[in-house]
Amino acid sequence: MPHIEFASVVNALILGLSIASIWLIAAIGLTIIYGTVGVINMAHGEFIMLGAYTSYMLQSVFGLPFLLCIPASFIVVAAIGVVIERGLIRYLYNRPLDTLLATWGVSLVLMQGVRIIFGSDPKYIAVPEIFQSNVEFGFVNLSVLRIFIFGVTAAVVAGTVYLFYRTRFGMQVRAVMQNKEMAASFGIDADRVYMTTFAIGAGLAGIAGCLFGVLAIVLPTMGTAYVVQAFLVVVVGGGTLVGSVAASGLTGELQSIFAMISNDTFARFLLYVLIVVFLRFRPRGLFAVAKARR
Amino acid sequence: MDITRRKILKGSTLAAAAAAAPHLWLPTSREAWGATLKKGEPIKVGLLFSLTGQLAVPEEDSTLVMQYAIEEINKNGGIAGHEIKPIIIDAKSDFNVYSEKAKELIMREKVIALFGCYTSASRKAILPIVMQQNSLLYYPTCYEGAECSQNTICTGPLANQHSKDLIPFMVKNFGKKCFFVGSNYVWPKESNKNAKLWLQNAGGELLGEEYIPLGSSEFGPVLNKIREAKPNFIFSTVVGASDIAFHKQFKQEGFKVDAMPIASLTTGEIETKAMGADVGAGHFLSAPYFQTLENPTNAKFVENFLKSKYGKNGSTHYNMEETYLSAYVFKYGLEKALKKTGNIEEVTSRMIRDVSGGIRVEDDVSPEGLIWIDGDNFNTWLKPKIGQCQADGSFKTVYQASEHVAPDPYSIYPNSGKCTADGLVAPDGKVRKNVI
Repeated sequence: MPHIEFASVVNALILGLSIASIWLIAAIGLTIIYGTVGVINMAHGEFIMLGAYTSYMLQSVFGLPFLLCIPASFIVVAAIGVVIERGLIRYLYNRPLDTLLATWGVSLVLMQGVRIIFGSDPKYIAVPEIFQSNVEFGFVNLSVLRIFIFGVTAAVVAGTVYLFYRTRFGMQVRAVMQNKEMAASFGIDADRVYMTTFAIGAGLAGIAGCLFGVLAIVLPTMGTAYVVQAFLVVVVGGGTLVGSVAASGLTGELQSIFAMISNDTFARFLLYVLIVVFLRFRPRGLFAVAKARR
Repeated sequence: MDITRRKILKGSTLAAAAAAAPHLWLPTSREAWGATLKKGEPIKVGLLFSLTGQLAVPEEDSTLVMQYAIEEINKNGGIAGHEIKPIIIDAKSDFNVYSEKAKELIMREKVIALFGCYTSASRKAILPIVMQQNSLLYYPTCYEGAECSQNTICTGPLANQHSKDLIPFMVKNFGKKCFFVGSNYVWPKESNKNAKLWLQNAGGELLGEEYIPLGSSEFGPVLNKIREAKPNFIFSTVVGASDIAFHKQFKQEGFKVDAMPIASLTTGEIETKAMGADVGAGHFLSAPYFQTLENPTNAKFVENFLKSKYGKNGSTHYNMEETYLSAYVFKYGLEKALKKTGNIEEVTSRMIRDVSGGIRVEDDVSPEGLIWIDGDNFNTWLKPKIGQCQADGSFKTVYQASEHVAPDPYSIYPNSGKCTADGLVAPDGKVRKNVI
């Protein structure tokens, strides 16, 4: 065991929080769609990619400032989500295996469509100068962009919690989640709830894409890099919001600590092994919700 | 005759086996298929690159520049009056597709040569079929070496040429302490073995060596380690999308390019465009070619290529230039073979390869300046150059080797032997053919 400095541990823990926030914002849309609608959305990574391309296009064609691109990505990708839900997913709600295949097909179509329109070369999103800098407190180093992503994630989580637990719409969603037929018999338009939830889930992926485009790269295939992590968070968390928050925090910190002690590749290996072992003993995840299966 | 279930099963199993293993029932010698070149008919070559998937970014450009080069050759009279006809295949970034399509190109389309691949993994996927059919692969990019196949010609720099000047240059200008970061696969690891030798010779000191999973975009942990180690410069073999994330996060985490530049083997014009020139500026690249090289041939190449219908992506970078050269190496090789036999129908892929040793692409054709093919290992003699990325994303040449550097695929494995035209000659005199 190498000698480990206190400073590096603190830095690793802080970085772990940042990694957790990145994984959480990638996963939150997936969590909502899976937790509410029950659809395992294989096209989630491509929704992320669409968010990045939306920002790129709005910025390069219409000159929209980066900060406005974030809500704009939400709206555009949510709209695309509505189209896909109305045009395809809603016919498949009772056939989970078919939605799996259908959404995978959608992901291929989206990827190739973007490639045809924008080409396969990477794109560039310009950001305000402040996001290219860092802040230092003693031995702690933080990049402004990472702090910003953490803030956006926190705001998104807060907003989602508010929407689902403090509004009339949220109550309807939870009612439909527990029992669709029963909720429908009380006059809730379950179809509309599904559509809206799917759109919100897609829109949140769009926000994530906008941020990842700055942190990493804008490419037709960029989504595949994040979708594995997103699924991991959802599965470990159990498909609930609180579960995803806990799971991303846990996996992000572990990844960061393991990477500090050994290296990135081994950290990922170790993390996956631990998750497999964890799922062996708790197959429904950290915070699974009891619900009537459709 | 009555048909039983057993008979049908037996029959279909045999058919399936035959379909799955065509080499069992197809003749393997080339002659059985007849000459692949016909008088007066176009010369067919295969372009096997990925136009979709993860590898599309570099490989789409390879396809475009090959089409451009072929059009240019055809416009100037082709090869001995014969047109070259490219057969373009999308390998979809899938190694199974590479080997499947290579087989199809060689055996069904009967191409005389293949141009293809970017990653070592795809090259290793198609080499078995290329060697089995005694065909010819032009591999037009940099790679790690440690191969001695009798059916390949490579026009990019080997690991021993690539970092030879870069490491001493960095040590001299920035300091002795170095940190290696690479993607986690064969080329970065082999390149780093070479780089370690150069570092040792230059009196440098290696502070750390980290590998990132291919395609990963999280560089937080690595950058934390680098911050603690405080090297004078970073030597990077990170490739593709990860490379762009690495440079971006380097700046976002507050690292300063003047104090600790990244010396890369892959970060060229395309990458700096994608990361933003402000992020790329100041870092270093070692390559035989930059778009900004100042010579009349390159000026003509850049201008003509960018205004042609193949120049839609807006840049020419080292990988494209190496691919462009491979088309001319093929042309000269075929002409030389033709001169030898006098009859184009007698020219085979292997014959072209055998006469290709010593072929020169002069500086009025080659944008990077004169290169020639080594007569033993069929890699390329070239002059590595070091460029520094400028504020506009272009590269300024800050160093150029005074003499051509010899390719040596086994430079870090001297005990394996020496690669010759006939195979790898081990120190005990044994010759092994087709070593991959």
